[in-house]
Formats: sequence, C-alpha cells, structure tokens
Amino acid sequence: MSGPQPGSETLLSVRDLRKHFAITGGVFSRVVDKVHAVDGVSFDIAAGETLGLVGESGCGKSTTGRCILRLIEPSSGEVLFQGSDVTRMKTDALRALRRDMQIIFQDPYASLNPRLTVGAIIGEALTIHNLAASRQAHEDRVVQLLETVGLQPDHMRRFPHEFSGGQRQRIGIARALAVEPKLVICDEPVSALDVSIQAQVINLLEDLQEQFGLTYLFIAHDLSVVEHISTRVAVMYLGRVVEIAPSRDLYDNPLHPYTEALLSAVPIPDPTVKRKRIMLQGDVPNPIRPPSGCHFHTRCPIAKPDCAQRVPELRESKPGHWVSCHYRG
Amino acid sequence: MRSTRAESSDASACVAEPLLDIRGLKTWFKTDDGMVRAVDGVDLHIDRGETLGVVGESGCGKTVTARSVLKLIDMPPGRFEDGEILWQGRNLIPLDQAEMNKIRAREIAIIFQEPMTSLNPVYTVGDQIAEVIELHQKLSRKQALVGAAEMLRLVNIPHPQRRIHDYPHQFSGGMRQRVMIAMALSCQPKLLIADEPTTALDVTIQAQILELMQEMKDKFGMAIMLITHAMGVVAETCQRVTVMYAGKVVEEAPVEALFGNPRHPYTQGLIRSIPRVDRAAEKKQRLEAIAGTVPSLLDPPPGCRFASRCKHAMEVCTRAMPPLKEVGSGHFVRCVL
Repeated sequence: MSGPQPGSETLLSVRDLRKHFAITGGVFSRVVDKVHAVDGVSFDIAAGETLGLVGESGCGKSTTGRCILRLIEPSSGEVLFQGSDVTRMKTDALRALRRDMQIIFQDPYASLNPRLTVGAIIGEALTIHNLAASRQAHEDRVVQLLETVGLQPDHMRRFPHEFSGGQRQRIGIARALAVEPKLVICDEPVSALDVSIQAQVINLLEDLQEQFGLTYLFIAHDLSVVEHISTRVAVMYLGRVVEIAPSRDLYDNPLHPYTEALLSAVPIPDPTVKRKRIMLQGDVPNPIRPPSGCHFHTRCPIAKPDCAQRVPELRESKPGHWVSCHYRG
Repeated sequence: MRSTRAESSDASACVAEPLLDIRGLKTWFKTDDGMVRAVDGVDLHIDRGETLGVVGESGCGKTVTARSVLKLIDMPPGRFEDGEILWQGRNLIPLDQAEMNKIRAREIAIIFQEPMTSLNPVYTVGDQIAEVIELHQKLSRKQALVGAAEMLRLVNIPHPQRRIHDYPHQFSGGMRQRVMIAMALSCQPKLLIADEPTTALDVTIQAQILELMQEMKDKFGMAIMLITHAMGVVAETCQRVTVMYAGKVVEEAPVEALFGNPRHPYTQGLIRSIPRVDRAAEKKQRLEAIAGTVPSLLDPPPGCRFASRCKHAMEVCTRAMPPLKEVGSGHFVRCVL
C-alpha cells in the first residue's frame, strides 16, 4: 500500500500503526479514556528518499516518528525495517537496530545533555556500539563528524550552552551521524530556528543526504520547508494519513479537502500573489473522542451525510498519489 | 538619519503628523556582563489606519521596541538611553504610570504571542475583558459584562453569553488569541500592537486570526503594528514594513517595494532563504542561507552590524554605521551600497 516509485528498494514499511495513550483517573488510576494519537497509519519509505510528514499540532506526526524507533511503544501495527519487524524485537536486537535508525529532535536546547562536552555527546554512541578501535580513532572520528556538520574541531571540548541554536542543531545532527545510520527521523529539526539559520540547516541536511545516501523521515508543520526537502509527502489529520503523493504533485494538485485548506493557509512571501483562501471553521477536534467516520467531516467544506458514518480508505487515485476521501480523487 | 527622511520627504511633512513616531529610540539593559543595546537608535512611524510590519530575527529588538511604546519594560534593568516616542505629537517617555494608564488599552493596546500566559488563569475571560471596559470606560460591572459578551461575539466566539463564564484553560490556542483580541479592542484603541500574534498557532488557525485582525481593522479603523519573523505573514497583511537587525532599522519600505526590490543584503537574504510552496519549478533549488549568526549586542563594534555576515562587506562597512538613506519613494535603507 502507498508504496514509493517502483524500482527503488523499500527501507521502511509502516503497517496500520496505532498508539493509544491511556487516560487514568479516580482513586485506583483506572483507565477512563484513551487518546487515539496514531490511529492506523501506513506508509513506505524507499532507500535514499525523503518522506515528509506534515500536519497540525496533535495530529500524531511526532508520535508516529517515535513509535518507529520505539521511543514510544506502539499499541499495535507493524514497523518493518529492511523486512524485520521492529515492534517485536528484543532489547539486544533493538539496540543493534538503533545503529541504523537515528533521530534529530526539534529543541536543540533540551536534547543535548548540558553536563557533557560536545565531544562526549557525539562520542557516546561510538563507545556504546564499539565503533572506535582506539582512543585516537575515537577522537579522530569525533573531529571528522564535527567538520562534516560545519563545526570546528576545538568545539569538542566545549559545552552545549556555549553554542547558538543553529550550532546546537548541528551538534544533534553530528550525534545522529556518528553511527552511520541508514534512516534518520528528523522531528521538526528547524522549527525552533530563525529563518536565516533554518536555511543553513536545511542545506546541510540535503548535503549530508547526498554524501552518505541517507533516507529521511522529515516531520514538520511548516509546509514550505517540507515541500522543499521532500521527495514525497504524507499529510496527517487526527492520527490518520489523509493523503500521500510525490511532493510537487501534492502541492500542484491536492486531492483531499484538508490538504487543500492547509496549503491555501500558508502565507506566501510575495505581496503580488493574491490567492483564494479556503478558511477552515473551528479547531481540530479532541483526539479523545475523534469524530465518527471520516475524522475531517466536522470541518470539511464538501462533507456529505455519509462521511460521518463511513471511514474512507486510503486508495491510489493515480499512480503514486493516495488519498482517503469518499468524494475526491 | 531622521533628518534624511525629513528633508527628502518635504511633501509628506505637510500631511497630517503620524499617529506614532519613534525617533532615535535607545532602550538598553544593564546586565552583569555589561550594557545590552537591545534597541539602539530606532526610527519608525505609523500612520492612522495603516498596518506596519516590523520584521527581524530573535534578538533584533522588535519586541523591546513594541514594549517600549507602552512602557512595559522593567526598569531597572532596562532604561531609555535616548530618543522620543511621540504619540500624536506627545512624548510618552517622561509620562508616569498614572498617565500611561490613560493611554494603555484606551489608545494603544497590545496582544502577545502566547495567549495562555497573558491571560490570568484564575479569572473567567468575561471578568478579564469586563475589567478593562470597567476601568477605562467608567461603566458598572454589569454593563461591562454585557460589553464583554458583545466583544466575544465580534471576534466570532460561538455562544458568547455562555463563554464569558469560562476560564482561559477551557479555550483552545486560537480561541484564546481571539479572547486577547477582544480584550485589546474593547476600548477601541487607535493602535493595536500585535507581538507575534500567530507564531504559536497552527497554520489554519493563523489564517483565521489574521483574517479576524483584518476584519477588526476594517470595522474599527485602528492602525496595527505587526511584529513578526514570518515574511509570508508580512507580505499578506502589511502596507509598509520595517526590517530590524541587531537593534537597528536596516530597511523601511512599502510592502511591494520591499519584496519586489529589497535593497539591504540582510533583507535580500531573509527573502531568499525561505522555501516557497507556490513556486513550481526548477525543483531542488538550494536555499540561499545567510552565513553566521546574529552578533552580540553587548558593546557592539562600530560600523554596520550586519558586516560580519554580509557577502558584499567592504572595509568601510566596519568603520562607521551607514546612515538610513532614501532610495525610492518611502524606501529607506541603511547600507553604503
């Protein structure tokens, strides 16, 4: 389902992934309700491509990324990395797998240990995975990684607080690259950065992808950034994927009414461009009790009565372009 | 540099004075490490009924400029080192708290980025809006609550009669920003300062709030000072734009001129470094990043603040700060080029 272009090898397959967070209450902390954060998500990522995952806050995009790495245990579903199911792996196998899958976080301030030097932060994974034969080899590798991400060798003896936001994000990237991963999950890697710095980091990620043949799952809420960096884009709404398509195709011909509204809401930095905006009414509904049928029907401009009853399947509308809507595509 | 503008636009001098005219404002902060020159000689003006965008990256002084206007800066550590803030011709800097309170909310109102932290969590939103109305319009609490419900209706909050009895946590982020706007507009100010009003919101909610602000502007005819780092938001909502960098105004222009013909290398960099969804095209074009990071505002060196990151920097740039010069109608730039 929703596979990448034929001819390329699938690196990661996510099948019907679900994560329900229990809400407990009362004296005995009984489970009183569930938040359906990820509600049946499926997609494939081909080796060497960048899959963008977009959606508004609370749509489940970050939870999806973390379930793939099992930083959060998924409730059900399969995550196949090169054919083996990550969700059933024991601790040892999982640790070995983390050499192949790494993550870069949004907040470069919170994701680096303030008590460790930059050298120790980047070198930690080399020690854990026994990747350096000697002390010298260890240090050489750290220096090499710092240079790869555009930092100076002498930065290894400094602490995270001595760096700006953009530089810290480079440290986070160097740490992820230390184990030579195949897949890097980028969870809002540029959202906390100023625009001029954002461009530096995006360019760096693109260079590294080319240099090391990396595959990215790029999670972000900024549609312009996602369009720029991604080969294909998946749009999420309330825990479900509503549309997947090659990046340009999605932006030129959005099929799902939600994708259409989302794209029309992005402000264009050009005062001469005048567009018709599709204004969505209201807020994203509560994920504890998501709307029945199609989750989007409460805000959808083209909703019909049966949208509240039937859950739309994600189906291929044209080659490579998947959409989950009863009336579009 | 003020004189440059005055001389070059004699024609506009005889037109009505601007609503707000900030001249050579310096707001500095005393810290253990020395004096931080957060706002270091800023000139900007806003005319009646116009929307001025103030853009720049974190730490460029845009928020401090806005808060200086309402004198919401803690002093110490902050202090006004120099300059004037002329509100309809009257300098606000020497005014005391009591006099400022007559101007706050009634003439100049402000909304902030994070609506949750700017609303009091232990009072209902109705009480908070009514308080403003009661204080500034000398009405009874009962009349003020009717006014509060009316304001909530204006900002399109469903069931306003019921919602005035709710607390801030019972509203979503977008709804809270609507409440803030209702509160700010309850005394029909002449100027609304909006400090990153949509930065914490999702893109579809951002579109709703920007539309609401436009609607309110058409209804009440107030001017808006929109502080943001998002160039897209500026392009879609402002008539004029002031670009700030490291405590200084580097460029000021009508919005079409700023995007069509940006003159300062920093403005050019800002515009070119953002990916564009609307450009089909020559896929996978590299973004033009601006190298380096924003300089420290602790005792900055003489010369252009942008020189260390500028592609066109020359020796002269590091010697003296270039003046703001007019390069087109209403288009000013602080660059020797």
